[in-house]
Amino acid sequence: MAVARPAFIDEVRQSEQFNASACMNCGVCTAICPMGLEHLPREIFRYVVLGMEDEVLKEQETVFSCLLCKLCEENCPAGVHIAENVRSLRHYFDRKAFRI
Amino acid sequence: MPLPTGDTIGILADNLRLRRSVLPIPTESAIRWTRGLDLPRGGERVLYTGLMYQLIPYIEELVKAESRLAESWLSGFTGIGRQVNKLVNVSGFMAHPTREQLETYDRIPRNVALLLKRAGVAFGALYEDDLYSGALAYDLGADETLREHAQKVYATLKRHGVKEAVTIDPHTTNMLRSVYPTLIEDYDLEVRNYLEVLSGLDLAPSRQLEGDVAIHDSCVFARYEGVLHEPRQLLEGLGLTLREPLHAGTMTWCCGGPVESLFPEKAAEQAGRRVTELNAVAERGVTMCPLCYVNLQKAANGRMRFDDISDYLIRGYEP
Ligand code: SF4
Ligand code: SF4
Repeated sequence: MAVARPAFIDEVRQSEQFNASACMNCGVCTAICPMGLEHLPREIFRYVVLGMEDEVLKEQETVFSCLLCKLCEENCPAGVHIAENVRSLRHYFDRKAFRI
Repeated sequence: MPLPTGDTIGILADNLRLRRSVLPIPTESAIRWTRGLDLPRGGERVLYTGLMYQLIPYIEELVKAESRLAESWLSGFTGIGRQVNKLVNVSGFMAHPTREQLETYDRIPRNVALLLKRAGVAFGALYEDDLYSGALAYDLGADETLREHAQKVYATLKRHGVKEAVTIDPHTTNMLRSVYPTLIEDYDLEVRNYLEVLSGLDLAPSRQLEGDVAIHDSCVFARYEGVLHEPRQLLEGLGLTLREPLHAGTMTWCCGGPVESLFPEKAAEQAGRRVTELNAVAERGVTMCPLCYVNLQKAANGRMRFDDISDYLIRGYEP
């Protein structure tokens, strides 16, 4: 069973720009992503919001496969700062998983 | 098989911290483009390359070496690979570009310098102090390393009395104009891309060019920096017919370059998809970023030809 840790979102949050919780899960990003990233942004953002750290740690390859191209962000109806949120997730991986 | 993500990021971040570039290159290669241009050192306005074009031949060679490296002693002891790199510049042993590769990428900053001179813009250069912006470290989330590096770059610009940096590629433009102000207090550098500078001047072309060209907008220019009409205005001013692919302007598709350092195969697949879109509208393509140029050119594999926008501009605006 997944373990939820509410403080997790604060560890991922790098700046006030981080707004994963603004995502309303509409699926535009998934439909439009040229890389066909199915879990990013919306599913992984939801794991962050729910504090499901283990689920996020399983998604390392997806998090680093994003082009930060902002095509999804340009079309997101909720104004989610997708690229900045992904960068925050990378920073979290750098510290937590890679010890950089 | 790509190198492990953590070690790759570690090596790139260590290089930036210890050697002022994610991929250190010889000084000679960094400044060769300035030869014969007689540019003053420093001054209020400089042409700032951020080494982006000069780095590409070395990146190309490293990507080739990466598949070999994945089987080597270095990846067998991945953690050790990073430790070794702290002492000696590992990438320096692996990347040996040819003279032809070096000339291709020296030509582009030279084109830009000649275009600015032709337009009557006064500027200098920073030579060996023209430092990499840290764009890749930013993308990979190595924020502490980037913050430290950005301070070094800004201090160097200030030491040379620079008030305005004229940039060439989209990534350096974005870092200096939009990212650094979030990292450095009281940041007051003015930053313009050379396409913005040239399009703001009333330049009369010296000759007209003909034909259809597919325009590939860089995502960083189109969606981060709002550079969209300038390249179109300049190219159309030369008489070229611009063909817009299915994904263009603010809806442009990425070339795949941003994931090249970690997942070269994924980068190549995206570049291939993009080439197909561009090739559907023209036989020739124009790019504005060294990463787009190298990735699309490679993926095209002779299917279509790509040129940097400065190669067109120099033909049309040079006497
Ligand atoms: S487009 Fe925006 S709101 Fe919709 S799922 Fe993606 S991130 Fe969430
Ligand atoms: S930034 Fe680009 S690559 Fe990343 S999820 Fe959005 S559309 Fe996909």
